[in-house]
Amino acid sequence: MIGIRDLDVSLTGSPVLHDITTTLPAGRLTALVGPNGAGKSTLLATLGRLVAPTRGEVELDGRPLLDYPDRELAQRLSVLRQDAPIGPRLTVEDLVSFGRYPHSRGRLTDLDHARVRHAIDRLDLRAFAGRYLDSLSGGQRQRALIAMVLAQDTDVILLDEPLNNLDLAHARRVMQIAREEADAGRTVVVVLHDLTVAAAYADHVVALKEGRLYAEGPSDEIMTPAVLSSLYDTPVSVATVENRRVVLTV
Amino acid sequence: MFARALPDRSVLLALGALAAAAVLYLGIGARGDLGFILMFRGSKLLALITVAVAVAVSTVVFQTISNNRILTPSIMGFDALYLLIQTVLVFTLTGVGFAYLDPYSKFALETGLMLAASLLLFGTLLRNSRDLSRMILTGIIFGTLFRSMTSLLNRMIDPSEFSVIQSASFARFNSVNADLTWLAAGITLLVSGWLIRRHRTLDVIALGRETAINLGVNHDREARHLLTLVALLVSVSTALVGPVVFFGLLAAALTYQVAGTWRHVVLLPLSGLIAATILVGAQTLFERVLGFQASVSVVIEALGGLAFLYLILRKASR
Ligand SMILES: Nc1ncnc2c1ncn2[C@@H]1O[C@H](COP(=O)(O)OP(=O)(O)OP(=O)(O)O)[C@@H](O)[C@H]1O
Ligand SMILES: [Mg+2]
Repeated sequence: MIGIRDLDVSLTGSPVLHDITTTLPAGRLTALVGPNGAGKSTLLATLGRLVAPTRGEVELDGRPLLDYPDRELAQRLSVLRQDAPIGPRLTVEDLVSFGRYPHSRGRLTDLDHARVRHAIDRLDLRAFAGRYLDSLSGGQRQRALIAMVLAQDTDVILLDEPLNNLDLAHARRVMQIAREEADAGRTVVVVLHDLTVAAAYADHVVALKEGRLYAEGPSDEIMTPAVLSSLYDTPVSVATVENRRVVLTV
Repeated sequence: MFARALPDRSVLLALGALAAAAVLYLGIGARGDLGFILMFRGSKLLALITVAVAVAVSTVVFQTISNNRILTPSIMGFDALYLLIQTVLVFTLTGVGFAYLDPYSKFALETGLMLAASLLLFGTLLRNSRDLSRMILTGIIFGTLFRSMTSLLNRMIDPSEFSVIQSASFARFNSVNADLTWLAAGITLLVSGWLIRRHRTLDVIALGRETAINLGVNHDREARHLLTLVALLVSVSTALVGPVVFFGLLAAALTYQVAGTWRHVVLLPLSGLIAATILVGAQTLFERVLGFQASVSVVIEALGGLAFLYLILRKASR
Protein backbone atom coordinates (compact mmCIF):
# COMPACT_ATOMS: atom_id res chain seq x y z
CA MET A 1 0.00 0.00 0.00
CA ILE A 2 1.19 3.47 -0.85
CA GLY A 3 0.08 6.29 1.41
CA ILE A 4 0.31 9.87 0.23
CA ARG A 5 -0.13 12.56 2.84
CA ASP A 6 -0.41 16.37 2.40
CA LEU A 7 1.84 16.24 -0.60
CA ASP A 8 3.12 19.45 -2.21
CA VAL A 9 5.67 19.16 -5.01
CA SER A 10 7.51 21.90 -6.89
CA LEU A 11 9.57 21.50 -10.04
CA THR A 12 12.42 23.98 -10.56
CA GLY A 13 10.78 26.28 -8.06
CA SER A 14 7.24 26.34 -9.46
CA PRO A 15 4.54 24.51 -7.52
CA VAL A 16 3.05 21.63 -9.48
CA LEU A 17 1.18 19.42 -7.01
CA HIS A 18 -0.93 20.81 -4.20
CA ASP A 19 -2.06 19.13 -1.04
CA ILE A 20 -2.58 15.59 -2.27
CA THR A 21 -3.70 12.99 0.22
CA THR A 22 -4.76 9.56 -0.92
CA THR A 23 -4.03 5.87 -0.69
CA LEU A 24 -3.14 3.54 -3.50
CA PRO A 25 -4.39 0.08 -2.55
CA ALA A 26 -1.98 -2.83 -2.39
CA GLY A 27 -2.41 -5.68 -4.85
CA ARG A 28 -4.52 -3.53 -7.14
CA LEU A 29 -4.09 -1.87 -10.48
CA THR A 30 -4.55 1.87 -10.09
CA ALA A 31 -5.02 4.10 -13.12
CA LEU A 32 -3.75 7.66 -12.80
CA VAL A 33 -5.69 9.88 -15.18
CA GLY A 34 -6.18 13.55 -15.94
CA PRO A 35 -5.54 16.18 -18.60
CA ASN A 36 -2.09 17.06 -19.96
CA GLY A 37 -0.12 18.98 -17.38
CA ALA A 38 -2.32 17.83 -14.51
CA GLY A 39 0.72 16.50 -12.67
CA LYS A 40 0.44 12.76 -13.27
CA SER A 41 4.09 12.30 -14.20
CA THR A 42 5.17 14.48 -11.31
CA LEU A 43 3.12 12.45 -8.86
CA LEU A 44 4.49 9.19 -10.23
CA ALA A 45 8.06 10.51 -10.03
CA THR A 46 7.45 11.54 -6.42
CA LEU A 47 6.10 8.08 -5.60
CA GLY A 48 9.24 6.68 -7.19
CA ARG A 49 11.46 9.05 -5.08
CA LEU A 50 12.83 10.66 -8.23
CA VAL A 51 11.47 14.01 -7.08
CA ALA A 52 11.51 15.21 -3.49
CA PRO A 53 8.29 16.74 -2.15
CA THR A 54 8.38 20.23 -0.70
CA ARG A 55 5.82 19.20 1.90
CA GLY A 56 4.12 16.00 3.00
CA GLU A 57 5.18 12.43 2.70
CA VAL A 58 4.90 9.23 0.72
CA GLU A 59 4.76 6.00 2.67
CA LEU A 60 5.26 2.47 1.47
CA ASP A 61 3.67 -0.06 3.82
CA GLY A 62 3.46 2.54 6.56
CA ARG A 63 7.11 3.55 6.36
CA PRO A 64 8.24 6.82 4.75
CA LEU A 65 10.07 6.31 1.47
CA LEU A 66 13.00 8.33 2.76
CA ASP A 67 13.53 5.84 5.60
CA TYR A 68 14.25 3.00 3.21
CA PRO A 69 17.87 2.31 2.33
CA ASP A 70 18.44 2.97 -1.39
CA ARG A 71 19.02 -0.62 -2.32
CA GLU A 72 16.11 -2.04 -0.34
CA LEU A 73 13.74 0.47 -1.91
CA ALA A 74 15.00 -0.43 -5.39
CA GLN A 75 14.20 -4.07 -4.60
CA ARG A 76 10.65 -3.12 -3.66
CA LEU A 77 9.70 -0.35 -6.05
CA SER A 78 10.42 0.33 -9.71
CA VAL A 79 9.40 3.18 -11.93
CA LEU A 80 9.20 3.70 -15.68
CA ARG A 81 9.41 7.33 -16.75
CA GLN A 82 7.48 8.86 -19.61
CA ASP A 83 10.70 9.94 -21.34
CA ALA A 84 13.52 7.81 -20.04
CA PRO A 85 16.73 8.88 -21.79
CA ILE A 86 19.31 6.10 -21.87
CA GLY A 87 22.81 7.46 -22.35
CA PRO A 88 25.15 4.71 -23.51
CA ARG A 89 24.69 2.41 -26.46
CA LEU A 90 23.10 -0.68 -24.91
CA THR A 91 21.51 -3.80 -26.30
CA VAL A 92 18.04 -4.78 -25.19
CA GLU A 93 19.52 -7.57 -23.10
CA ASP A 94 22.02 -5.19 -21.44
CA LEU A 95 19.21 -2.80 -20.56
CA VAL A 96 16.91 -5.47 -19.15
CA SER A 97 19.84 -6.94 -17.19
CA PHE A 98 20.31 -3.61 -15.45
CA GLY A 99 16.88 -4.25 -13.94
CA ARG A 100 18.59 -6.92 -11.83
CA TYR A 101 21.13 -4.47 -10.41
CA PRO A 102 19.30 -3.88 -7.11
CA HIS A 103 19.40 -7.62 -6.46
CA SER A 104 22.76 -8.68 -7.79
CA ARG A 105 24.80 -5.46 -7.96
CA GLY A 106 25.88 -6.24 -11.49
CA ARG A 107 27.10 -9.80 -10.81
CA LEU A 108 24.33 -11.75 -12.49
CA THR A 109 23.48 -15.21 -11.20
CA ASP A 110 21.62 -17.92 -13.09
CA LEU A 111 18.44 -16.78 -11.41
CA ASP A 112 19.05 -13.23 -12.65
CA HIS A 113 19.60 -14.45 -16.20
CA ALA A 114 16.40 -16.46 -16.02
CA ARG A 115 14.46 -13.40 -14.83
CA VAL A 116 15.92 -11.31 -17.61
CA ARG A 117 14.98 -13.88 -20.23
CA HIS A 118 11.50 -14.18 -18.80
CA ALA A 119 10.95 -10.41 -18.90
CA ILE A 120 12.23 -10.27 -22.48
CA ASP A 121 9.88 -13.05 -23.51
CA ARG A 122 6.90 -11.49 -21.79
CA LEU A 123 7.32 -8.38 -23.91
CA ASP A 124 7.82 -10.37 -27.04
CA LEU A 125 11.37 -9.11 -27.49
CA ARG A 126 13.30 -12.32 -27.90
CA ALA A 127 14.12 -11.56 -31.53
CA PHE A 128 15.51 -8.17 -30.50
CA ALA A 129 17.51 -9.20 -27.43
CA GLY A 130 20.87 -8.57 -29.09
CA ARG A 131 19.87 -5.38 -30.90
CA TYR A 132 21.05 -1.95 -29.85
CA LEU A 133 18.35 0.31 -28.40
CA ASP A 134 19.12 3.07 -30.89
CA SER A 135 18.37 0.67 -33.75
CA LEU A 136 14.85 -0.10 -32.48
CA SER A 137 11.52 1.46 -33.30
CA GLY A 138 9.81 3.63 -30.68
CA GLY A 139 7.46 0.86 -29.62
CA GLN A 140 10.19 -1.79 -29.41
CA ARG A 141 12.25 0.56 -27.28
CA GLN A 142 9.30 1.24 -25.00
CA ARG A 143 8.80 -2.51 -24.56
CA ALA A 144 12.47 -2.93 -23.68
CA LEU A 145 12.12 -0.28 -20.96
CA ILE A 146 9.04 -2.04 -19.59
CA ALA A 147 10.93 -5.34 -19.62
CA MET A 148 13.67 -3.73 -17.53
CA VAL A 149 11.11 -2.66 -14.93
CA LEU A 150 9.63 -6.17 -14.86
CA ALA A 151 13.07 -7.73 -14.45
CA GLN A 152 13.50 -5.61 -11.36
CA ASP A 153 10.82 -7.82 -9.83
CA THR A 154 9.37 -5.38 -7.29
CA ASP A 155 6.23 -5.27 -5.13
CA VAL A 156 5.39 -1.83 -6.47
CA ILE A 157 5.44 -1.07 -10.19
CA LEU A 158 4.94 2.50 -11.37
CA LEU A 159 4.44 2.99 -15.10
CA ASP A 160 4.14 6.40 -16.75
CA GLU A 161 2.26 6.08 -20.05
CA PRO A 162 3.58 2.58 -20.79
CA LEU A 163 1.36 2.39 -23.88
CA ASN A 164 3.22 5.21 -25.63
CA ASN A 165 4.15 4.14 -29.16
CA LEU A 166 2.62 0.68 -28.77
CA ASP A 167 0.39 -0.91 -31.39
CA LEU A 168 -2.94 -2.29 -30.20
CA ALA A 169 -1.71 -5.84 -29.81
CA HIS A 170 1.27 -4.84 -27.70
CA ALA A 171 -0.78 -2.29 -25.76
CA ARG A 172 -3.14 -5.12 -24.87
CA ARG A 173 -0.19 -7.33 -23.94
CA VAL A 174 1.26 -4.68 -21.62
CA MET A 175 -2.07 -4.09 -19.90
CA GLN A 176 -2.50 -7.84 -19.46
CA ILE A 177 0.91 -8.01 -17.87
CA ALA A 178 0.00 -5.12 -15.56
CA ARG A 179 -3.18 -7.00 -14.66
CA GLU A 180 -1.28 -10.24 -14.02
CA GLU A 181 1.17 -8.43 -11.76
CA ALA A 182 -1.68 -6.89 -9.75
CA ASP A 183 -3.43 -10.25 -9.52
CA ALA A 184 -0.17 -11.68 -8.19
CA GLY A 185 -0.42 -9.23 -5.29
CA ARG A 186 1.72 -6.37 -6.56
CA THR A 187 0.74 -2.74 -6.38
CA VAL A 188 0.62 -1.40 -9.92
CA VAL A 189 0.10 2.27 -10.77
CA VAL A 190 -0.28 3.19 -14.43
CA VAL A 191 -0.66 6.62 -16.00
CA LEU A 192 -3.15 6.24 -18.82
CA HIS A 193 -4.73 8.54 -21.37
CA ASP A 194 -6.93 5.91 -22.98
CA LEU A 195 -9.88 5.85 -20.62
CA THR A 196 -11.41 2.82 -22.28
CA VAL A 197 -8.27 0.92 -21.41
CA ALA A 198 -8.37 2.33 -17.89
CA ALA A 199 -11.99 1.26 -17.49
CA ALA A 200 -11.21 -2.22 -18.76
CA TYR A 201 -8.16 -3.00 -16.63
CA ALA A 202 -8.03 -0.77 -13.55
CA ASP A 203 -9.50 -1.59 -10.14
CA HIS A 204 -8.99 1.88 -8.76
CA VAL A 205 -8.74 5.29 -10.37
CA VAL A 206 -7.04 8.47 -9.18
CA ALA A 207 -7.85 11.58 -11.21
CA LEU A 208 -5.74 14.71 -11.08
CA LYS A 209 -6.61 18.14 -12.41
CA GLU A 210 -4.41 21.21 -12.28
CA GLY A 211 -2.13 19.68 -9.70
CA ARG A 212 -4.88 18.72 -7.28
CA LEU A 213 -6.64 15.48 -6.48
CA TYR A 214 -9.87 15.70 -8.43
CA ALA A 215 -11.49 12.33 -7.80
CA GLU A 216 -10.54 8.90 -6.54
CA GLY A 217 -12.29 5.62 -6.03
CA PRO A 218 -13.17 2.29 -7.56
CA SER A 219 -13.10 2.32 -11.34
CA ASP A 220 -16.92 2.06 -11.67
CA GLU A 221 -17.47 5.22 -9.64
CA ILE A 222 -14.99 7.40 -11.50
CA MET A 223 -15.54 6.21 -15.05
CA THR A 224 -18.86 8.00 -15.41
CA PRO A 225 -19.83 10.67 -17.94
CA ALA A 226 -20.35 13.27 -15.21
CA VAL A 227 -16.96 12.87 -13.54
CA LEU A 228 -14.99 12.51 -16.77
CA SER A 229 -16.71 15.41 -18.54
CA SER A 230 -15.84 17.85 -15.80
CA LEU A 231 -12.35 16.33 -15.29
CA TYR A 232 -11.43 17.04 -18.91
CA ASP A 233 -13.79 20.01 -19.43
CA THR A 234 -15.00 18.15 -22.49
CA PRO A 235 -18.29 16.34 -23.09
CA VAL A 236 -17.66 12.64 -22.59
CA SER A 237 -20.07 9.74 -22.85
CA VAL A 238 -19.65 6.18 -21.71
CA ALA A 239 -21.20 3.43 -23.85
CA THR A 240 -21.33 -0.26 -23.20
CA VAL A 241 -20.09 -2.45 -26.01
CA GLU A 242 -19.89 -6.23 -25.56
CA ASN A 243 -20.20 -5.77 -21.81
CA ARG A 244 -17.29 -3.37 -21.67
CA ARG A 245 -17.37 0.32 -21.01
CA VAL A 246 -16.12 2.46 -23.88
CA VAL A 247 -15.32 6.10 -23.24
CA LEU A 248 -16.16 8.40 -26.13
CA THR A 249 -15.90 12.10 -26.74
CA VAL A 250 -19.03 13.54 -28.18
CA MET B 1 27.36 -10.97 -19.03
CA PHE B 2 28.53 -8.43 -16.47
CA ALA B 3 31.31 -10.51 -15.02
CA ARG B 4 34.46 -10.73 -17.01
CA ALA B 5 37.31 -12.93 -15.88
CA LEU B 6 39.92 -11.92 -18.45
CA PRO B 7 40.97 -8.40 -19.27
CA ASP B 8 39.48 -7.13 -22.47
CA ARG B 9 41.52 -7.71 -25.63
CA SER B 10 41.61 -4.01 -26.46
CA VAL B 11 43.08 -3.33 -23.00
CA LEU B 12 45.86 -5.85 -23.61
CA LEU B 13 46.60 -4.35 -27.03
CA ALA B 14 46.76 -0.86 -25.57
CA LEU B 15 49.06 -2.13 -22.83
CA GLY B 16 51.37 -3.53 -25.52
CA ALA B 17 51.32 -0.24 -27.43
CA LEU B 18 52.19 1.71 -24.29
CA ALA B 19 55.03 -0.68 -23.46
CA ALA B 20 56.45 -0.21 -26.97
CA ALA B 21 56.18 3.58 -26.73
CA ALA B 22 57.84 3.52 -23.31
CA VAL B 23 60.76 1.39 -24.53
CA LEU B 24 61.32 3.73 -27.47
CA TYR B 25 61.10 6.74 -25.19
CA LEU B 26 63.69 5.33 -22.80
CA GLY B 27 65.93 3.82 -25.43
CA ILE B 28 66.22 6.10 -28.45
CA GLY B 29 69.45 8.08 -28.47
CA ALA B 30 70.51 6.92 -25.03
CA ARG B 31 74.27 7.44 -24.87
CA GLY B 32 76.83 7.73 -22.10
CA ASP B 33 76.00 6.78 -18.53
CA LEU B 34 73.10 4.48 -19.22
CA GLY B 35 72.01 4.12 -15.61
CA PHE B 36 71.77 7.86 -15.14
CA ILE B 37 69.90 8.39 -18.40
CA LEU B 38 67.41 5.65 -17.65
CA MET B 39 66.76 7.06 -14.21
CA PHE B 40 66.34 10.57 -15.52
CA ARG B 41 64.14 9.51 -18.40
CA GLY B 42 62.32 7.00 -16.25
CA SER B 43 61.12 9.61 -13.83
CA LYS B 44 59.95 11.77 -16.73
CA LEU B 45 58.22 8.79 -18.25
CA LEU B 46 56.44 8.18 -14.97
CA ALA B 47 55.30 11.80 -14.92
CA LEU B 48 53.99 11.60 -18.48
CA ILE B 49 52.06 8.41 -17.78
CA THR B 50 50.68 9.88 -14.57
CA VAL B 51 49.41 12.97 -16.34
CA ALA B 52 47.90 10.94 -19.17
CA VAL B 53 46.10 8.54 -16.84
CA ALA B 54 44.85 11.35 -14.57
CA VAL B 55 43.53 13.36 -17.52
CA ALA B 56 41.90 10.41 -19.29
CA VAL B 57 40.31 8.75 -16.27
CA SER B 58 38.98 12.04 -14.91
CA THR B 59 37.51 12.84 -18.32
CA VAL B 60 35.72 9.50 -18.70
CA VAL B 61 34.33 9.69 -15.16
CA PHE B 62 33.23 13.28 -15.65
CA GLN B 63 31.47 12.38 -18.88
CA THR B 64 29.74 9.51 -17.12
CA ILE B 65 28.45 11.74 -14.32
CA SER B 66 27.40 14.51 -16.67
CA ASN B 67 25.92 12.05 -19.15
CA ASN B 68 27.51 13.33 -22.31
CA ARG B 69 30.61 12.77 -24.35
CA ILE B 70 31.54 16.32 -25.27
CA LEU B 71 32.18 18.08 -21.99
CA THR B 72 35.37 17.41 -20.06
CA PRO B 73 36.67 18.76 -16.77
CA SER B 74 39.06 21.09 -18.58
CA ILE B 75 36.42 22.38 -20.99
CA MET B 76 34.33 23.14 -17.90
CA GLY B 77 37.22 25.14 -16.46
CA PHE B 78 38.59 22.75 -13.81
CA ASP B 79 42.26 23.33 -14.55
CA ALA B 80 41.73 27.07 -15.01
CA LEU B 81 40.25 26.98 -11.50
CA TYR B 82 43.32 25.18 -10.17
CA LEU B 83 45.63 27.77 -11.70
CA LEU B 84 43.51 30.56 -10.24
CA ILE B 85 43.76 28.99 -6.79
CA GLN B 86 47.52 28.70 -7.19
CA THR B 87 47.73 32.36 -8.11
CA VAL B 88 45.42 33.52 -5.35
CA LEU B 89 47.55 31.67 -2.83
CA VAL B 90 50.72 33.34 -4.08
CA PHE B 91 48.95 36.68 -4.09
CA THR B 92 47.50 36.49 -0.60
CA LEU B 93 50.12 34.46 1.23
CA THR B 94 53.33 36.13 0.06
CA GLY B 95 53.74 37.76 3.44
CA VAL B 96 53.81 34.42 5.21
CA GLY B 97 56.34 32.94 2.84
CA PHE B 98 54.13 30.75 0.70
CA ALA B 99 56.76 30.70 -2.02
CA TYR B 100 59.26 29.05 0.33
CA LEU B 101 56.87 26.31 1.42
CA ASP B 102 57.95 22.83 0.40
CA PRO B 103 56.20 21.55 -2.75
CA TYR B 104 54.17 18.95 -0.87
CA SER B 105 52.55 21.41 1.52
CA LYS B 106 51.87 23.76 -1.37
CA PHE B 107 50.29 21.00 -3.37
CA ALA B 108 48.19 19.87 -0.40
CA LEU B 109 46.93 23.39 0.22
CA GLU B 110 46.14 24.04 -3.42
CA THR B 111 44.44 20.70 -3.87
CA GLY B 112 42.37 21.05 -0.71
CA LEU B 113 41.03 24.38 -1.89
CA MET B 114 40.50 22.96 -5.36
CA LEU B 115 38.30 20.12 -4.06
CA ALA B 116 36.14 22.49 -2.03
CA ALA B 117 35.82 25.05 -4.81
CA SER B 118 34.97 22.56 -7.53
CA LEU B 119 32.29 20.86 -5.43
CA LEU B 120 30.79 24.26 -4.73
CA LEU B 121 30.88 25.47 -8.32
CA PHE B 122 30.24 22.31 -10.30
CA GLY B 123 28.22 20.22 -7.85
CA THR B 124 24.97 22.08 -8.38
CA LEU B 125 25.64 22.61 -12.07
CA LEU B 126 25.84 18.88 -12.71
CA ARG B 127 22.43 18.27 -11.27
CA ASN B 128 20.94 20.07 -14.27
CA SER B 129 23.33 18.48 -16.70
CA ARG B 130 20.65 17.54 -19.21
CA ASP B 131 20.90 20.96 -20.79
CA LEU B 132 24.09 20.49 -22.78
CA SER B 133 24.24 23.91 -24.42
CA ARG B 134 23.93 25.59 -21.05
CA MET B 135 26.69 23.40 -19.64
CA ILE B 136 29.04 24.26 -22.50
CA LEU B 137 28.26 27.94 -22.15
CA THR B 138 28.80 27.84 -18.40
CA GLY B 139 32.09 26.03 -18.89
CA ILE B 140 33.32 28.60 -21.37
CA ILE B 141 32.30 31.44 -19.06
CA PHE B 142 33.92 29.79 -16.03
CA GLY B 143 37.11 29.03 -17.93
CA THR B 144 37.43 32.55 -19.31
CA LEU B 145 36.60 34.08 -15.96
CA PHE B 146 39.17 31.98 -14.11
CA ARG B 147 41.85 32.66 -16.71
CA SER B 148 41.20 36.42 -16.75
CA MET B 149 41.28 36.58 -12.97
CA THR B 150 44.52 34.62 -12.97
CA SER B 151 46.18 36.98 -15.41
CA LEU B 152 44.83 40.02 -13.60
CA LEU B 153 46.35 38.77 -10.35
CA ASN B 154 49.59 37.97 -12.17
CA ARG B 155 49.84 41.54 -13.29
CA MET B 156 49.22 42.83 -9.80
CA ILE B 157 51.91 40.65 -8.31
CA ASP B 158 55.33 42.23 -8.66
CA PRO B 159 57.77 40.71 -11.16
CA SER B 160 59.90 38.83 -8.66
CA GLU B 161 56.93 36.81 -7.52
CA PHE B 162 55.45 36.57 -10.95
CA SER B 163 57.96 33.86 -11.73
CA VAL B 164 56.55 31.72 -8.96
CA ILE B 165 53.31 31.20 -10.75
CA GLN B 166 53.18 28.40 -13.21
CA SER B 167 50.58 29.67 -15.53
CA ALA B 168 50.86 28.94 -19.18
CA SER B 169 48.26 28.64 -21.86
CA PHE B 170 49.78 25.33 -22.90
CA ALA B 171 50.99 22.39 -20.92
CA ARG B 172 54.73 21.92 -20.64
CA PHE B 173 55.35 18.24 -21.05
CA ASN B 174 59.10 18.63 -21.20
CA SER B 175 59.57 20.66 -18.05
CA VAL B 176 57.68 18.54 -15.59
CA ASN B 177 57.41 19.65 -12.00
CA ALA B 178 59.62 16.77 -10.91
CA ASP B 179 59.26 17.21 -7.15
CA LEU B 180 55.72 16.02 -7.21
CA THR B 181 56.07 13.09 -9.60
CA TRP B 182 56.02 10.30 -7.05
CA LEU B 183 53.23 11.80 -4.98
CA ALA B 184 51.19 12.46 -8.12
CA ALA B 185 51.76 8.95 -9.42
CA GLY B 186 50.70 7.49 -6.09
CA ILE B 187 47.52 9.56 -5.92
CA THR B 188 46.63 8.76 -9.52
CA LEU B 189 47.19 5.06 -8.99
CA LEU B 190 45.05 4.98 -5.86
CA VAL B 191 42.21 7.05 -7.28
CA SER B 192 42.12 5.18 -10.59
CA GLY B 193 42.22 1.85 -8.79
CA TRP B 194 39.32 2.86 -6.57
CA LEU B 195 37.33 4.04 -9.59
CA ILE B 196 37.97 0.83 -11.51
CA ARG B 197 36.83 -1.18 -8.51
CA ARG B 198 33.54 0.72 -8.61
CA HIS B 199 33.03 0.09 -12.31
CA ARG B 200 29.59 -1.45 -11.86
CA THR B 201 28.26 1.61 -10.06
CA LEU B 202 29.69 3.81 -12.80
CA ASP B 203 27.89 1.69 -15.40
CA VAL B 204 24.60 2.41 -13.63
CA ILE B 205 25.34 6.12 -13.20
CA ALA B 206 25.98 6.34 -16.95
CA LEU B 207 22.32 5.41 -17.50
CA GLY B 208 21.27 8.80 -16.18
CA ARG B 209 20.19 10.17 -12.84
CA GLU B 210 16.63 8.85 -12.74
CA THR B 211 17.43 5.36 -13.95
CA ALA B 212 20.31 5.17 -11.48
CA ILE B 213 18.07 6.18 -8.57
CA ASN B 214 15.46 3.67 -9.70
CA LEU B 215 18.16 1.00 -9.53
CA GLY B 216 19.06 1.93 -5.97
CA VAL B 217 22.13 4.08 -6.54
CA ASN B 218 22.22 7.25 -4.46
CA HIS B 219 23.02 9.36 -7.47
CA ASP B 220 23.62 12.71 -5.81
CA ARG B 221 25.97 11.29 -3.21
CA GLU B 222 27.89 9.19 -5.74
CA ALA B 223 28.16 12.15 -8.11
CA ARG B 224 29.58 14.27 -5.30
CA HIS B 225 32.22 11.65 -4.45
CA LEU B 226 33.12 11.15 -8.08
CA LEU B 227 33.37 14.87 -8.72
CA THR B 228 35.78 15.18 -5.80
CA LEU B 229 37.99 12.49 -7.30
CA VAL B 230 37.82 14.15 -10.71
CA ALA B 231 38.96 17.41 -9.11
CA LEU B 232 41.78 15.55 -7.38
CA LEU B 233 42.99 14.04 -10.64
CA VAL B 234 42.80 17.39 -12.40
CA SER B 235 44.84 18.95 -9.58
CA VAL B 236 47.48 16.26 -10.00
CA SER B 237 47.90 16.71 -13.72
CA THR B 238 47.73 20.51 -13.62
CA ALA B 239 50.28 20.64 -10.83
CA LEU B 240 52.66 18.50 -12.87
CA VAL B 241 52.45 20.06 -16.34
CA GLY B 242 49.91 22.86 -16.37
CA PRO B 243 46.58 23.00 -18.15
CA VAL B 244 45.71 20.52 -20.90
CA VAL B 245 42.48 21.58 -22.50
CA PHE B 246 41.52 19.10 -25.21
CA PHE B 247 43.78 16.13 -24.51
CA GLY B 248 41.22 14.46 -22.25
CA LEU B 249 38.54 14.79 -24.88
CA LEU B 250 40.80 13.24 -27.51
CA ALA B 251 41.69 10.30 -25.27
CA ALA B 252 38.10 9.70 -24.19
CA ALA B 253 36.68 9.92 -27.71
CA LEU B 254 39.27 7.42 -28.97
CA THR B 255 38.52 5.15 -26.03
CA TYR B 256 34.80 4.97 -26.81
CA GLN B 257 35.62 4.19 -30.44
CA VAL B 258 38.12 1.46 -29.65
CA ALA B 259 36.29 -0.08 -26.70
CA GLY B 260 32.87 -0.37 -28.34
CA THR B 261 31.35 -1.07 -24.94
CA TRP B 262 29.71 0.87 -22.12
CA ARG B 263 31.46 -1.15 -19.41
CA HIS B 264 33.71 0.97 -17.24
CA VAL B 265 35.79 -2.07 -16.38
CA VAL B 266 37.10 -1.67 -19.94
CA LEU B 267 36.64 2.05 -20.49
CA LEU B 268 38.65 3.26 -17.50
CA PRO B 269 41.87 1.25 -17.95
CA LEU B 270 41.69 1.59 -21.72
CA SER B 271 41.37 5.37 -21.58
CA GLY B 272 44.44 5.64 -19.34
CA LEU B 273 46.48 3.36 -21.60
CA ILE B 274 45.44 5.11 -24.80
CA ALA B 275 46.18 8.55 -23.35
CA ALA B 276 49.57 7.41 -22.05
CA THR B 277 50.45 5.86 -25.41
CA ILE B 278 49.57 9.06 -27.24
CA LEU B 279 51.52 11.25 -24.85
CA VAL B 280 54.62 9.08 -24.58
CA GLY B 281 54.54 8.33 -28.31
CA ALA B 282 54.21 11.99 -29.26
CA GLN B 283 56.93 13.00 -26.81
CA THR B 284 59.27 10.33 -28.24
CA LEU B 285 58.58 11.45 -31.77
CA PHE B 286 59.03 15.14 -31.15
CA GLU B 287 61.78 15.18 -28.58
CA ARG B 288 63.88 12.20 -29.69
CA VAL B 289 63.25 11.86 -33.40
CA LEU B 290 62.40 15.33 -34.67
CA GLY B 291 64.30 17.24 -32.02
CA PHE B 292 61.57 19.81 -31.34
CA GLN B 293 61.04 20.84 -27.77
CA ALA B 294 57.80 22.64 -27.18
CA SER B 295 55.49 21.38 -29.89
CA VAL B 296 54.01 18.26 -28.30
CA SER B 297 51.28 19.97 -26.34
CA VAL B 298 50.45 22.21 -29.28
CA VAL B 299 49.94 19.24 -31.58
CA ILE B 300 48.00 17.20 -29.05
CA GLU B 301 45.79 20.14 -28.18
CA ALA B 302 45.18 20.87 -31.85
CA LEU B 303 44.11 17.26 -32.46
CA GLY B 304 41.91 17.35 -29.35
CA GLY B 305 40.42 20.63 -30.49
CA LEU B 306 39.55 19.09 -33.84
CA ALA B 307 37.92 16.16 -32.06
CA PHE B 308 35.88 18.64 -30.01
CA LEU B 309 34.72 20.47 -33.15
CA TYR B 310 33.88 17.19 -34.82
CA LEU B 311 31.79 16.00 -31.87
CA ILE B 312 29.95 19.32 -31.61
CA LEU B 313 29.21 19.49 -35.33
CA ARG B 314 28.10 15.88 -35.46
CA LYS B 315 25.79 16.53 -32.53
CA ALA B 316 24.41 19.65 -34.21
CA SER B 317 23.70 17.88 -37.48
CA ARG B 318 21.66 15.18 -35.80
N1 LIG C 1 10.87 20.98 -14.86
C1 LIG C 1 9.70 21.65 -14.68
N2 LIG C 1 9.71 22.88 -14.13
C2 LIG C 1 8.57 23.55 -13.92
N3 LIG C 1 7.36 23.09 -14.25
C3 LIG C 1 7.29 21.87 -14.80
C4 LIG C 1 8.45 21.09 -15.05
N4 LIG C 1 8.08 19.92 -15.62
C5 LIG C 1 6.74 20.00 -15.73
N5 LIG C 1 6.25 21.15 -15.24
C6 LIG C 1 4.85 21.56 -15.17
O1 LIG C 1 4.23 20.77 -14.18
C7 LIG C 1 2.91 20.45 -14.58
C8 LIG C 1 2.70 18.95 -14.45
O2 LIG C 1 3.55 18.27 -15.35
P1 LIG C 1 3.46 16.71 -15.54
O3 LIG C 1 4.52 16.30 -16.45
O4 LIG C 1 3.42 16.08 -14.19
O5 LIG C 1 2.03 16.55 -16.24
P2 LIG C 1 1.31 15.24 -16.76
O6 LIG C 1 0.02 15.16 -16.05
O7 LIG C 1 2.19 14.06 -16.70
O8 LIG C 1 1.02 15.64 -18.28
P3 LIG C 1 1.05 14.73 -19.61
O9 LIG C 1 -0.27 14.09 -19.70
O10 LIG C 1 1.21 15.75 -20.70
O11 LIG C 1 2.18 13.79 -19.52
C9 LIG C 1 2.74 20.99 -15.98
O12 LIG C 1 1.97 22.15 -15.91
C10 LIG C 1 4.11 21.29 -16.45
O13 LIG C 1 4.11 22.41 -17.28
MG1 LIG D 1 3.15 12.89 -18.08
